[in-house]
Amino acid sequence: MRLVRAELALVWRLFRADLAHQKKRILLTVIAIGWGTLSIVLLLSFGEGLKRSLGKGARGMGEGIAVVWPGATTRAFMGLPSGRPVRPREEDVELLRRTVPEIGAISLEYNREAPIAVSGKSRNVHLCGVEPDFGDMRNMVARQGGRFINPRDMVEKRRVAFLGDELARDLFGSEEVVGRTLQISQSTFTVVGVMQKKLQMGMYGGPDRSHALIPATTYKAMYTDAKIDNLIFKAVDLSQHDVAKAEFYRVMGRKYHFDPEDTRSLGMWDTTEMQRINANVGLGIQIFLGIIGGLTLLVGGMGVANIMYAVVKERTREIGVKMALGAKPRQLMLPFVSEALLMTVIGGAVGTTVSLLLIFGIAALPLKGDAFDLMGRPTFSPAVAVATAAILGTIGTLAGFFPARRAASVNPAVSLRYE
Amino acid sequence: MMIEMRAIRKVYDTGRVAVEALKGVDLDIDRNEYVAIVGPSGSGKSTLMNLLGCLDTPTSGLYRLSGEAVGGLDRNRLAEIRNRHVGFVFQNFNLLPYASALENVELPLLFGGVGAKERRARASAMLDKVGLADRMDHKPSELSGGQMQRVAIARALVNRPSLVLADEPTGNLDTSSGQGIVGLFRELHAAGQTIVMITHDMALARLASRVVQIRDGEIVEDQAAAA
Repeated sequence: MRLVRAELALVWRLFRADLAHQKKRILLTVIAIGWGTLSIVLLLSFGEGLKRSLGKGARGMGEGIAVVWPGATTRAFMGLPSGRPVRPREEDVELLRRTVPEIGAISLEYNREAPIAVSGKSRNVHLCGVEPDFGDMRNMVARQGGRFINPRDMVEKRRVAFLGDELARDLFGSEEVVGRTLQISQSTFTVVGVMQKKLQMGMYGGPDRSHALIPATTYKAMYTDAKIDNLIFKAVDLSQHDVAKAEFYRVMGRKYHFDPEDTRSLGMWDTTEMQRINANVGLGIQIFLGIIGGLTLLVGGMGVANIMYAVVKERTREIGVKMALGAKPRQLMLPFVSEALLMTVIGGAVGTTVSLLLIFGIAALPLKGDAFDLMGRPTFSPAVAVATAAILGTIGTLAGFFPARRAASVNPAVSLRYE
Repeated sequence: MMIEMRAIRKVYDTGRVAVEALKGVDLDIDRNEYVAIVGPSGSGKSTLMNLLGCLDTPTSGLYRLSGEAVGGLDRNRLAEIRNRHVGFVFQNFNLLPYASALENVELPLLFGGVGAKERRARASAMLDKVGLADRMDHKPSELSGGQMQRVAIARALVNRPSLVLADEPTGNLDTSSGQGIVGLFRELHAAGQTIVMITHDMALARLASRVVQIRDGEIVEDQAAAA
């Protein structure tokens, strides 16, 4: 350790001596490393931003939920033929709540196109009748000053509506919306909440931002012939998700006489699968971008190695002298490896600084639009920092190691005569 | 016996022709001898010096330095032997240009793993001994040729080597600086240091206590000097 410390002081002086000798070459190399670092940090950060917005978009429809819709059996069961339609009924919600403890939240959903009018202007809107749990499950959060449909709305069959943010803007302009009234199929409703803007990639029946939601009981009272279009449920915990799914099919299969294995009797969209795929896609993109950045950095590393080979050649006689004085191969290599690392670290620091400035600069730009929402903002995360440092360190060490090994392998008798 | 060489051969294989630089050299040097090895260029004296200093290994033959057989040792072990047993003085000084006189003298101690405090103390004491107490922080470029060679001698002596090996130590110096260096060697010898000096200058060689003449890779004469 002692030796390392004393040698490092010499390394720094050596570096300055080499800097004087090879000013341009070292400068260019440091720039190359800086450029490589810049590209790797930016690419990894863009990848991170994209990964996060993919994750956010996947979560937009709801995290870890299962959406169920009516289906038909595909195999005969208990003497009943295949092709028999199966559709859940209202009372099934209560049945499932009671018999499947793994289900933490559940809501039925009716939907239809319905005319909605505000101050005489009417338009057709995707209208849903839902229960209070629906909001949390489907990630529909009320903006400040509003709320989602609650249990009392259900019990009293209140005429209240929760609007998607885009629908609210289309109907009312940019004015305050909560408390305003509108006509749904000629009945007057009061707006109790507007959805917070969200990024949504998975959807059925169109994006949530253009939907209108009312209590399921109110919906059933208005449209008495309504039948359940969807059931949405979520396990108490993500680890119970698969159990909850299996139990759901077991309970429903027993009631409607279908094979619990025959999952097409009731169609199901499991968002955890989408999230898994999205996470993998995000990671794949990041690895891809990381490899591109790493290759750029590798070019810089070759520059460092190139310089170090020149330096080793230039210092051949010095290496011979050190050998004559009793330096061991390890002691001869240390200065070269350290010098290469020093160049890499300086270039890396410059590149990281510039890329951080760029990342913060981009974050400050007022970029709008779906493409930018999806692309996300480049995000400098600890993982990006660790990856960059690891790649820089590896490249710097390798770029120093091979020239250093060459230096340590020279014959001292020959190198002392070297001019 | 400090140095024992038996039937030492060194062949350089240059590809097409093999050059036999040493053709079976026997040489014994005792503790506290001051030996000059002389010979014209191409005689093999540089090769002999490389072998004596463990910078190179013989093609065949036996070499014992301070009782230790040098043949067949690995690079680390050879480095250790050079570090502890041999102090080199070169014709062109071979100081590190970016390091001060003191740091140059500290180098062998650094490679030998001596602590910073002791290193500094021993190096400055040695510079003091060669008369450069007031030049410790000077870079080689700020020193005269004679002063640079004194720094090199201090560096050669700092690790208390069994053998000082000098290769034309006055070859790059003017007459008066050269005489100063020669005087320094004589003092070292008087104090008990074993010295082997390679030179082609007979006048310089005669100042040693023993002169070994080498020609065409063989020792042709070996006698105590008239002094």
